[in-house]
Order: sequence, then C-alpha cells, then structure tokens
Amino acid sequence: MNELAITVIGRDRPGIVADVAEVLARLGANLTDSTMTRLRGHFAMTLICVGPAAADLEAALAPLAADGHLLATVRAVTPDGGSEPTGEPYVLAVHGADRMGIVAAMTRVLTDAGGNVTDLSTRLTGSLYVVVAEVELPPGVSDEVAGRLTRVAAELGVGVSLRPADTDLL
Amino acid sequence: MTGPEYAGLGGWTPEKLGVPGEVRPVVTAPEPVLSQPGPEVDPTSAEVVRLAADLVATMRVSPGCVGLAAPQVGVSAQVFAVDVTGHPKAVTVHGTFVLCNARVVEASRWKAGREGCMSVPDLTGDVKRASRLVVEGVLPGTGEPVRLVTDGFEARALQHEIDHCAGLLFLDRVAGAHAIYQRKVYL
Repeated sequence: MNELAITVIGRDRPGIVADVAEVLARLGANLTDSTMTRLRGHFAMTLICVGPAAADLEAALAPLAADGHLLATVRAVTPDGGSEPTGEPYVLAVHGADRMGIVAAMTRVLTDAGGNVTDLSTRLTGSLYVVVAEVELPPGVSDEVAGRLTRVAAELGVGVSLRPADTDLL
Repeated sequence: MTGPEYAGLGGWTPEKLGVPGEVRPVVTAPEPVLSQPGPEVDPTSAEVVRLAADLVATMRVSPGCVGLAAPQVGVSAQVFAVDVTGHPKAVTVHGTFVLCNARVVEASRWKAGREGCMSVPDLTGDVKRASRLVVEGVLPGTGEPVRLVTDGFEARALQHEIDHCAGLLFLDRVAGAHAIYQRKVYL
C-alpha cells in the first residue's frame, strides 16, 4: 500500500472538501489523518491517504486545479507506524503586537531544548498576533525552557506562557 | 477552613462608593498594560474609589459584560468589578461588586468553558477554571476584608478578572492549539 501526503489549498468556496474527497474515493484512496480549515479566506487541506500511486492521484486531482484557484500536491511518504510521545505535553501561548519572527524565535527555543511541536496554530486579528502550540518537552526541562521563552518574548515585546497540557481523561 | 470569619459582601453596593462612575475607554490587546501584573492598591484612596465606580459604570454600559478589571481601562492595579446577575449560566450570584487585592484561596472542580473578553474582541477560547471557588479581597472605600464563596459562572468570571490583575489574558490559559476561535457573535 502506498502512503500519500496530499495538500490542497485555494480560495475558499463551498464544495472543495466534497470535490477532493470524491476524487480520493473514486481512486480507492483511503483518507486517514487530516486537517482541513479556513485560513483568512483560503481553504487548506493536509491529508494522509493510503491507496493508489501518487502519479495517478495527482492526475485525478489536476482538473480541480485547472481554473487556477486550487493548488493540489501529492507525494509518496514512508509509513512510520505512528509516532509515540517523546516527552511531557505542554501548551505554549504567545500573544502580542504582530512582528516578524515570533514563531521562529519561540520554536527555536523549544527545539534547542529537545522539544517537539505536535500542533500549532496562529491568528492575526487587528494588530494582535496569537500563537498557541502543543509541545512535547523532555522531562525536567520545562522551568528552564519557560525562563528562556520569557527572555526571548521580552526581546520581541510579546507575552508568553508555558503550562502543562491538561491530560485528564474522562 | 482558615481565614477571616466574615462571609459575603455584607450588603455592599456600588452606591456606597459615594461617587458617580464615569465610563472609561476599554483598551484591547496587544496594549502592554494588559500583560503587566498590577500592583496592590490602597482601597480607601480617593483614586481607587473613583476607579471602582468607573469600572462599574463602564461594565454597565458594555453589552454582555460580566466583569471588568483595571488594566482593561488602562490602569495597572489589582481592582476589578464583577456582575453576573441574570446570566443564564450563573448559579451563585453576589450582584454587582468591586474587589481590590483579590486572590484565590480555594479552587476545585475544574471545568472547561468558552471565554471571551472585551480586550480581545475578535477571539474566544476554551479555558479550564475552577467551578468551586473561594476568593478573599478588600472592598473599595471601606477597605473591609471579604471572603466570597461562589461557583460556576461567577467563579469563572472572578478567575478571569483576577488573571487580568496579574497581567494574564484567557489566551494564556487556552487548552490547546485548536482551542481559540474567531468570534462569531458579538453581544
């Protein structure tokens, strides 16, 4: 079985998910994990599928992109058998006046500490920029990471908080 | 249980401040004052009494507003107003009140809920807060210490406002990367 990484992005309109999913179903591509969301008027889909050859799927998606409003890419990837958590889960929140390099600077601190970002979203609303990231950190480094994040945030003129993620299960 | 022996607000109302409140402009993020921890205040000072009255007045003219903290009107200080009267989610309701130098002394039964904020007008977020809460603070004007035992929506409002006084927004406590939402309904 081929595992495929697919991205589709374009100006939002009703029917993008239905159009793409129909193509996948017709070619026998089984949609596994995905995120599909609207980003400032663009609709973005990131999908992992199992099934056909990458070239066949790319060709089948091509008509959707023919009007120039959608961009679709397909790439064969190596199945990794699922990823195990590598550390303790934390939530990083950053907010402040928008400026260049906030995500770059904050995530570099996490990476240098051996952390791994597992989910991240950003929002720009007016001049307010908000970053929320879910991060796995090696045991015992969170205090030091929080200190470094605070120093970097001060240089950028933004606020930052790093809190243990809520791991309660029902 | 330790702490003061008094309970509730002892019949306090904003009218006891003795000054008419004026509506002040509400600042929005990323205004730096919203991210600064506010200092404790002298609750008997004329300045704090005026601020308390202004917070109540500004809260009352703001549709859907159930609480307003000093940093939201540009003043870095541990003062806030709360009024959840009539809110459909409220259980225990202490009416309109202002607290100075408030702190959480007991918190339990944490529950997730959606929060918004006049200072973050375009976003809402999922935040876990204690639904059983004990808060101690002092009343503006008299400086009388109070101990409030509350729950549910009023407890959430109190924690949100105490956070403001510590320079924290609900954004600092959202549950995860997908727990922030573009606001769809403005009250």
